[in-house]
Amino acid sequence: MRAPGGPASVVAPDGLAIRAQGLEVGYRNRVVWHDATFEVGKGEFVAVIGPNGAGKTTLFRLLLGIQRPMRGSLEVLGAPPHRGTPRIGYVPQRHEIDNDTHVAAEVLVHLGATGSRWGPEIAFRATHEATHEALEAVGATELGPKPLGSMSGGELQRIFLAEAIVGNPEMLLLDEPLSNLDMRRTRELVELVHNLVKTRHVTTLLVAHDINPLIECLDRVIYIANGHVATGPPEKVLTSTSLSQLYGVPIEVLHDSRGNIVIVGGENPHEREPA
Amino acid sequence: MSFSWNIVTDFRQIWQYSFMVQAFEAGTIVAIVAGIVGYFVILRRSAFAAHALGHVGFSGAAGAVLLGVNPVYGLLLFTMSGGTAMALLGRKAATRDVEIGTVLAFMMGIGLIFLSLYSGYATEAYSILFGDIEGVSVPSVILTLEAAAAVLVVLVLIYRPLLFSSLDEDVAEAKGLPLLALNVAFMLLLAVVISVAVQVVGILLVFALTVTPAATAVRVTTRPAAALTVSVGVGLLSIWLGLFISWFAWNGQFPPSFFIVTISFSCYVLARAASAVADRIAPRSSAASSTEPASVGGSTD
Repeated sequence: MRAPGGPASVVAPDGLAIRAQGLEVGYRNRVVWHDATFEVGKGEFVAVIGPNGAGKTTLFRLLLGIQRPMRGSLEVLGAPPHRGTPRIGYVPQRHEIDNDTHVAAEVLVHLGATGSRWGPEIAFRATHEATHEALEAVGATELGPKPLGSMSGGELQRIFLAEAIVGNPEMLLLDEPLSNLDMRRTRELVELVHNLVKTRHVTTLLVAHDINPLIECLDRVIYIANGHVATGPPEKVLTSTSLSQLYGVPIEVLHDSRGNIVIVGGENPHEREPA
Repeated sequence: MSFSWNIVTDFRQIWQYSFMVQAFEAGTIVAIVAGIVGYFVILRRSAFAAHALGHVGFSGAAGAVLLGVNPVYGLLLFTMSGGTAMALLGRKAATRDVEIGTVLAFMMGIGLIFLSLYSGYATEAYSILFGDIEGVSVPSVILTLEAAAAVLVVLVLIYRPLLFSSLDEDVAEAKGLPLLALNVAFMLLLAVVISVAVQVVGILLVFALTVTPAATAVRVTTRPAAALTVSVGVGLLSIWLGLFISWFAWNGQFPPSFFIVTISFSCYVLARAASAVADRIAPRSSAASSTEPASVGGSTD
């Protein structure tokens, strides 16, 4: 874990993956969050947390260049964000894959590499190899031929992850990959992602509504709530003082004997639910 | 019209008649493009769009008959404009059916006007509804060939992005693919295919060529290339065998459309049965995890 430091002041040794200054985002007349100034270093594993509707997915849309900020400046991997960059792998929040999708999982992973190119496919064999490497990296080699529709939630998340990393991106954006997974599969997926961050040195932002499964491997937390964005190492951000300040109402952060966190008060954004 | 067990002489006998040659030509072309585009209909869950375009086409065909031109031009005009409207209105796949329904209702209303303006209508309407493969003219065959060639060229160009956006809309969007343009392109391809398929099996039976073969294929294989091949194969089998049976059986008194849809439906039922049996004999290796739902991210709070 990185040494504690104030928000927006931790500079990773090998440069910045994200630099946001005075960022304001929203839709038409509604500002989702504003005055966001933060940085994410290259190769960091970052959790994005906050209550529903706070604008966590909006942050991803901004980084992907699907949406533009209303004010402020944003740099992703040293350049303004632009839609369709192969340098970012993305796993959106998904509600379902239809049970009837009779398409092999490796087809989707393959498309992750070449699906956005027009015309007939020429370098099929090279992509085929890259597909198998990506499946291997997420420990899903045996899942490749299985139809997507027959997969469990945990299996699907690994396939989506393979689809996101097949083009060797420098950054991964994972939107709620842990929701709907049981405790064991949550742990497996977190370990897997953490491994990818370390071995591929890929900057990873992961939206979660429970920080506890992640807390041991995080370098940084981005906490979005009430129109504000706070960032820093988890032990700095997730304190009673910093969250109370963020919300403007008293909030208490409690720790249990195993290092788990419960956040109480305010809007009760993510009390730990019984599994 | 007598059947022998020598297939070659049988076909020679059928093909003595030029209208039957044209029937086989048009049927073959349609089976190929409908089988391929049908695969995307299945993946995109656009069966209702295929259904609606067929009906919208009826209005166009009725208008063409009223003006005294080849119905296929009316079909093309109406399905393509209707398809574009449906694609532009229904941006996200999840809500598309509502927009399709509104366009369908409006364009059927136009058809009603055409219908009420035209009196000697019954036989024309009948052949548009149920198809008249044995009445396909040489110019129609050539038009079908041209339309099919255009469909295939466009498909080769947009194959991967279309497949990607059909399977994974959100990631495809993030990768910079123009979802709206792809949806318009797909609806236009479907419109052309429906228009030419209507000559063969008619509006009411057009599903038998645009949906059933591909639905059969996805039961048999999970690879797109293989599925496209099977889909085209089922379409070709239905057309050829359907024409053949209709020619020889019961003195040719039953229309080919009936046999074509029966054969393609039989293939579908067989594929369903076969995949059910295969599942029972060799249960999936991950049967243990099948208790887990196949959905992720159901709750978001």
